[in-house]
Amino acid sequence: MSKALRLVTSMAAIVALSSALNAFEVSKPVCLAPAKPGGGFDLSCRLVSNSLGATKIIEKPMIVNFMPGGVGAVAYNHVIGQRSNDAEMIVAASTGSVLNIAQGKFGANYTVDSVKWLAALGTDYGAIIVKADAKWNTLAELVADLKANPKGFALGSGGSIGSQDWMKAAIIAKLAGINPKDMKYVAFEGGGEALTALLGNHIQVYPGDIAEFSGQLSSGKYKVLAILSEERLPGQMANIPTAKEQGFDAVWTIWRGFYVGPNVTDEQYNYWVEKIQKLVKTPEFEKERELRGLYPFTVIGKDYQKFMQEEEKKFKALAQEAGLTK
Amino acid sequence: MEVLTSLMSGFAVATTPLHLFLIVLGCLLGTLFGALPGLGPINGVAILLPICYTLGLPVESSLIMLAGIYYGAEFGGRISSILLNVPGDAGAVFTCLDGYPMAQKGLAGPALALSGVASFIGGTIAIVGLTFFAPMLASVAIFFGPSEYFVLMIFAFATISALMGSNPAKSLIGVAVGLAVGVVGVDSTTGVLRFTFGEAELFDGFEFLIVIVGFFAVSEIMLMLEHHSSADFEMPKITRVYVTVKELLYCKWTMVRSSIIGFVVGVLPGTGASIASAVSYTIAQKISDKEGTFGKGDMRGLAAPESANNACAGGALIPMLTLGVPGSGTTAVLLGALMLYNINPGPMLFVEQPLLVWGLIASMYIGNVALLVINFPMVRVFTKILQVPYWLLVPSVIVLAFVGVYSVNMSTFALLLSIILGVLGYFLRKLHYPMAPVILGFVLGRIMEDNLRRAFAMSGGEVNIFFQGTINWILWGLTIFILFVPIISKMVAKRYALAK
Repeated sequence: MSKALRLVTSMAAIVALSSALNAFEVSKPVCLAPAKPGGGFDLSCRLVSNSLGATKIIEKPMIVNFMPGGVGAVAYNHVIGQRSNDAEMIVAASTGSVLNIAQGKFGANYTVDSVKWLAALGTDYGAIIVKADAKWNTLAELVADLKANPKGFALGSGGSIGSQDWMKAAIIAKLAGINPKDMKYVAFEGGGEALTALLGNHIQVYPGDIAEFSGQLSSGKYKVLAILSEERLPGQMANIPTAKEQGFDAVWTIWRGFYVGPNVTDEQYNYWVEKIQKLVKTPEFEKERELRGLYPFTVIGKDYQKFMQEEEKKFKALAQEAGLTK
Repeated sequence: MEVLTSLMSGFAVATTPLHLFLIVLGCLLGTLFGALPGLGPINGVAILLPICYTLGLPVESSLIMLAGIYYGAEFGGRISSILLNVPGDAGAVFTCLDGYPMAQKGLAGPALALSGVASFIGGTIAIVGLTFFAPMLASVAIFFGPSEYFVLMIFAFATISALMGSNPAKSLIGVAVGLAVGVVGVDSTTGVLRFTFGEAELFDGFEFLIVIVGFFAVSEIMLMLEHHSSADFEMPKITRVYVTVKELLYCKWTMVRSSIIGFVVGVLPGTGASIASAVSYTIAQKISDKEGTFGKGDMRGLAAPESANNACAGGALIPMLTLGVPGSGTTAVLLGALMLYNINPGPMLFVEQPLLVWGLIASMYIGNVALLVINFPMVRVFTKILQVPYWLLVPSVIVLAFVGVYSVNMSTFALLLSIILGVLGYFLRKLHYPMAPVILGFVLGRIMEDNLRRAFAMSGGEVNIFFQGTINWILWGLTIFILFVPIISKMVAKRYALAK
């Protein structure tokens, strides 16, 4: 081997090595669930950490931390204020988070662009649920009834006015052509409580989430009038019609996604994007997603940031329309 | 018979080695918390709840152990009442009246033994009641809608004001403080933020755990710091630690009657062991005290409050498990435990979490026997523990409490908040405000407000929703009745005095 060649190879080795050293690699990856253990955000974090662990796409095990408070408000403020450049950490979020951001509930000065959005990895869909012996059998019957007599019955769900749960009730009201403010809406603490109230006939309609409800599907105590998805869902949901095929333009996704701090560098952000892109193609990930009752919904990187801006715009308009903000 | 099948499945849960260990551990710790003056069941559960949670114990295991602490403390409270004339907890105040005179007569051992048996009988009667009445109430609980819950809360607050302690005004102010703490945070119906000053950590309101650690651990410790150590007391000599059959038979009706009274008082939302023991002692005195021996070391005067406060613990679990409404201050904390695990206590608990509920009930049968067995040979050990110096006790308690709060909330703000509430609690206590109404105001107030709003949302703002349906009318009737109880009992007492 000539001297020159040797020099070139060693130089190349050095360059390769040093660039490998420079390239960002997480050492203690964390998924922050902005809630108590056991909730939906915990679920999102476990989805990523388990499937990353199973596929070894990131060698180091990802741990799940919790930061409850204000449906994610505490975590949002914490990440922007104190850990804006922490590239080791991804934070779980969902439709409800953006709804709150749009209404200024995460801080008046914060928008979706206050953080960097990484990816959405799955979704649940809204569903209109009534008691098994209810007089309505289709969404059209329900909507017609609501139109004829807006105060004739009560809708109830697991969140306050303006929340993700309320929005699904508001969508029905809009379909009936009435102002969401005019319907009887009863706010419960969580879907379980609302479902109990439905069973006790204290409310008559429960606009909930279909995957969350799926455990009750075979109980025979309820019927699902419509699922708010684009197309029919597979498996045991296959014979439940969508609102769309019943002639109503009503789709409601409760997607589950993640963001990172605003001052995470482009290189670090791209590192995560790349890993997630790899991850979503693996069968392990699909299995984990199915295990958690989530349906496919994958938006990654810059597309997700754009999607979030659109969501924010949409929710702002919705909130204004409903008279929640000025 | 369905009840027995369910109970059997509960025993299957409760008799796993881990759960048997937790039952005994809970009972031991509970006896300890009960025995130490100042610390009671509510402090014990408040301090250990976050620890259980952080250790990753499943919800049924945590609940089994915490409940063990609860009834264990009702058992243990008698020890320092009898030996030192210092009630170990609020439920043991009336135990002093006849327990201490007995000890002074050289009957400390028999007093401890008799009260142990009385506690066991009270506890057992209550658990049997719990086993049969809770599923019954659970089956009608589904008919409790927002309006029924609201009227139930009115009934609870009426009970607090009518029965709570010597100073109703202070009880009501305590309730108001609890209500005030409870309104902080997001409005459950409109989503508007209230009294949060833009602080994101307050959006959900005061975390339950922070409030109880503040009010029941931090303030307690500040009080302890200014007291002398219990080691300064002179311990009476303990002779025979057993009780004769003759002595037991002498008290049998007192024990059965007081157990039933304690159980019923426990079921009433908003009351607690202190009221149960007060009522049963007063009634026992009226019925049995023909020779004027009560207060001078009468065995029946000792058996009455001890059966009652243990029975109360079992009764108080009924509204908690079936309606999600605490029957006492300590069950309010246990309710918080369920919510910490994202379990909605309410009408569906018996249907959705049968193993949790029946495992808990079965564990209480075991726990009660365990307490009886533990208490006889170990009573001398507990009296030694009463002499633990405060310089050792106080730091341990505060470390446990803070570690717990931090590990659940992961925030130093939570620690700061619990200290601030602790200082507030300290001043309230110095001014002799009872703390149980504060915590009940905090918990019940939220339930009350949420359901008021829901009821109005359902009725479109019409008030008449609260006067519809049988359940509402029954609850209104009970409310009026309970408000008149103090007046009626005063009138009866006057008659009685005149007749004499």
